[in-house]
Amino acid sequence: MKWTLWRRRQRNAELREEIQAHLLLAEREGIESGQTEKEARHSARREFGNVAIAEEVTRDVWGWRWAAGALQELRYAIRSFRQHPGFVAIALLTLGLGTGATTLMFSLVSGVLLKPLPYPEPERLVAVNGHTEGWNAKIYGEQKLAYLDFLDCQHDSRSLELAALVYNSGTLSAPGDPQYVDYFEISPELFSVLRVPLELGRAFLPEEDKTGAAPVAILGYSFWQRRFDRRADVLGGSLVLEQKRYTIVGVAPAGFRLYGDEPDVYTALGQDAAGYLRNRAAQPVHVVGRLRPGARLEQAQAEVALTGSHLAQAFVDTNKGRSLRVKWLHPPVGDLGSTLWLLLGAVGLVLLIACANVASLMLARAISRERELAMRVALGASRGRLVRQCLTESALLSLAGGMLGVMLANWSLQPFLAFWPGDLPRVEEVRIDWRVLLFAVALAVLTSVLCGLAPAWRAPVRQAEQVLRAGARTVSTGTRRLHSAFVVSEMALAIILLVAAGMLGRALLHASSLDPGLDIRDLLVMRVGLSPATLADPAKIPAGWQDLVDRARRVPGVQSVTAVEIVPMRQGNNEYGYWTTADVPPENEQPMALASSATPDYLKVMGIPLREGRFFDEHDRLGSEPVIVVDDVLAKSAFGGQDALGKNLWIPEMPCPQPNTSKFVECSTPFKIVGVVGHVRYWGLAGDDQAQLRAQFYYPFAQVAPSFLRRWSQLMSVAVRATVPPLTLVEPLRRELRGAAGDQVLYQVRTMEQLAHDSLAMQRFLLLLFGIFAGLALVLACIGIYGVLAYLTGRRIPEIGLRMAIGASPSDVSWLILRQSLGMVFLGMGIGTIAAVAAGRILENLVEGMQPTALSTFIIMIPFLLLAAMLASLVPARRASRVDPMHALRQE
Amino acid sequence: MSQRKDRYQNRTEILQGTLDMLILQTLQWAPRHGYALSRAIRTNSGEILKVDTGSLYPALHRLERKGWIAAEWKASELGPRLRVYHLTKAGKRQLMSERSRWERLTTGIAGILNPAQKEDVP
Repeated sequence: MKWTLWRRRQRNAELREEIQAHLLLAEREGIESGQTEKEARHSARREFGNVAIAEEVTRDVWGWRWAAGALQELRYAIRSFRQHPGFVAIALLTLGLGTGATTLMFSLVSGVLLKPLPYPEPERLVAVNGHTEGWNAKIYGEQKLAYLDFLDCQHDSRSLELAALVYNSGTLSAPGDPQYVDYFEISPELFSVLRVPLELGRAFLPEEDKTGAAPVAILGYSFWQRRFDRRADVLGGSLVLEQKRYTIVGVAPAGFRLYGDEPDVYTALGQDAAGYLRNRAAQPVHVVGRLRPGARLEQAQAEVALTGSHLAQAFVDTNKGRSLRVKWLHPPVGDLGSTLWLLLGAVGLVLLIACANVASLMLARAISRERELAMRVALGASRGRLVRQCLTESALLSLAGGMLGVMLANWSLQPFLAFWPGDLPRVEEVRIDWRVLLFAVALAVLTSVLCGLAPAWRAPVRQAEQVLRAGARTVSTGTRRLHSAFVVSEMALAIILLVAAGMLGRALLHASSLDPGLDIRDLLVMRVGLSPATLADPAKIPAGWQDLVDRARRVPGVQSVTAVEIVPMRQGNNEYGYWTTADVPPENEQPMALASSATPDYLKVMGIPLREGRFFDEHDRLGSEPVIVVDDVLAKSAFGGQDALGKNLWIPEMPCPQPNTSKFVECSTPFKIVGVVGHVRYWGLAGDDQAQLRAQFYYPFAQVAPSFLRRWSQLMSVAVRATVPPLTLVEPLRRELRGAAGDQVLYQVRTMEQLAHDSLAMQRFLLLLFGIFAGLALVLACIGIYGVLAYLTGRRIPEIGLRMAIGASPSDVSWLILRQSLGMVFLGMGIGTIAAVAAGRILENLVEGMQPTALSTFIIMIPFLLLAAMLASLVPARRASRVDPMHALRQE
Repeated sequence: MSQRKDRYQNRTEILQGTLDMLILQTLQWAPRHGYALSRAIRTNSGEILKVDTGSLYPALHRLERKGWIAAEWKASELGPRLRVYHLTKAGKRQLMSERSRWERLTTGIAGILNPAQKEDVP
């Protein structure tokens, strides 16, 4: 553009020079033929004609006219904006806020949902999942694979490179202080399948992927940074994880994460001799793969499905009904997608309101400039030229607004992310990048069309003469309708957001008032990594826990302590199917319940009410009668109104509480219900009522079979009821519970109040955002009403003057204006209410704990909106009532 | 504004077919600047054709854009530089085709204007 401009200027100068030379030559010839200098100059000029026009026509030949025209329109737009700084400021601010908020939301959608995985050729990566016939997909979703099944797939597949990983966690006791770490057990191919080079060192070798090979480990990048200060000499060093000494052979690349958080350590999966990895009934293995060059997805699907059906035939006990499927690998973001799209949609509504606002402002401006535009038409401006002028103005505003928006988004992105409740997956991918900028540009183009269309359509004057002859002060019905349409749509959009905010507010209020089912005050819960030495020997584990509980109880400020498997309102659960008779139907027909093992003090510590019977005591142990305690939800759903106490439940999947059980055997003996306790809102205050799975039962930790104790111990938590503020107990507990070897660690320490509070975090966050959006929408809509009414009233002054001259009172006039406003507002509210009911449905489906759209929400919101609209109309109405009739009529 | 411009454009349109050819033809013998070109056309036509300068420069620039003529700046003893145009190869070809077209046209017109002559032919 700059280049073109420069060349253009140069050519202009040259053309002028050329024409001047022509004139000079003509003049010279005139002098030679005997004219005086003056005569010669005049005749040369006369002969040449109009120099300026010759220049202009010549310039047209160059073909830069459109650019010159655009430049002229731009200059004209800027000049007219300068004359109305107030208009420009309001329009820019409105558009800037609208596009800024939308761009911000889109950067989240883009980073979390749309961006491909950060590996080379991400479009060729796949995941392999298992599906079991008859399993409830809603509860189980996609299953992982058994390790042995993975090995078979890997062996059979020609079109896929496959790699496996298993999530695990344990105590890292050296070097340095003991720490509980997350680690991935991986097959040696993982890094090569994903095509990511290691930061340092090497990946695992195939010969290291066997039991009995020398233990090797790779460090996660962040862990290497935190714990080893990025030292390169860690290679060849060692670390002790779960009592096993590993040689460090590599460091994973920065930001390498798959399935959630970046792990601290990687170990070789093939070295792990754990029984569950040799059991096809257990499916702990995530499988990722990459299509080999030339291979297609269908091919891979066919191969893997074939392997799956072979396995189902060969291993009927474990693999019957299980099929294997290949799908494209997507970043795991859970159900966040719906929330993000919801927010983008909400913010899009705000942007629409902003556009309607600016469009109505521009329309008002265009119409008040009607005489000016008519004058331009009379002077020869074409209709196309005026349309272009309008679009240039709106494009200029939208682009500037868009730039402002991107700046706002860039500036608020980090604070916003920090404000996001809980962990946002892939948060490291969220930034203002080319995708987001492209979106912002598209948004600016869209807003410029939305804002400029109405004025551009209106502006070309219908009959220039008519406008010039008539006074400026009339408003055609069509124009008034268009203005009203803006107000109506702004109102409708604002209502949607207001009702959504109202619904969220109600849901939050409702959820906060619910009884969590336990006493959340003064309660501290934490996970404990039992000493690896204790864990290694199942015989020592019960004593280890007993010792832990006893020590914790001795800490001053601690009232009571319990060990428990699942903690309400926190991640991690265990569930089993049950039946009330020995005639147990297939798995998919069994009702499910959340199960948790607990020690006898559990009820007392958590403050859960006992409804009937008893909780566990020290007599419930291995070898004694297997007992369970159910909550009132399970009691009611399993036995209806009958007394549940003393009844039996058959729970086939639960390991049998027998001292000598060494392997997993299905339990054919029933469990006796010895007590009924209150329901605990395990899924959080908002989510529990609508959860799929609500029934709960407890079984004594003392009745867990020895072969499962190690696995169970990794899941157990400790809950402490305090007589002092619970967080003050964290350090004393940490010190007291280190164990003899000093390698027992507490982690994920939370107060129950925090957990309950966090369970509503998303609702609170959405309420806040929707509240902000709704407030913004309301303010914008009020500005819109004010602007339109002020404008329309201004145009009606002569009419008002006339009315007053023939006897209308000031209050009649005010009422005239208010009635106009009320008409628009009510129509907007009517349309908005219908749309809000639809939007409410969406919200109900997407947000936990939403109540069905209630009439009361509308009834609360409507006076609120009416009041705001009335306030916005008041000023124009009062102004109208003060019109001096004589003055107004003289204006005609 | 635009209406006045239209008027000029109309005038060049009338002349366009011939003016282009006249310019090309006149440049065939020697490179010339704009003024010399207009003088040459006037003189060579026996003062019958007077080139409207309002059309001459647009025509020159249009022909230049089409690549039929090229221009360069030359210093002159008068003081200001002169923009001197010369015919390009493409311009020569264009001149040939325009001339033949013109000749066909004039023969045709002549045939219409003097029908008797045609009948005389045995």
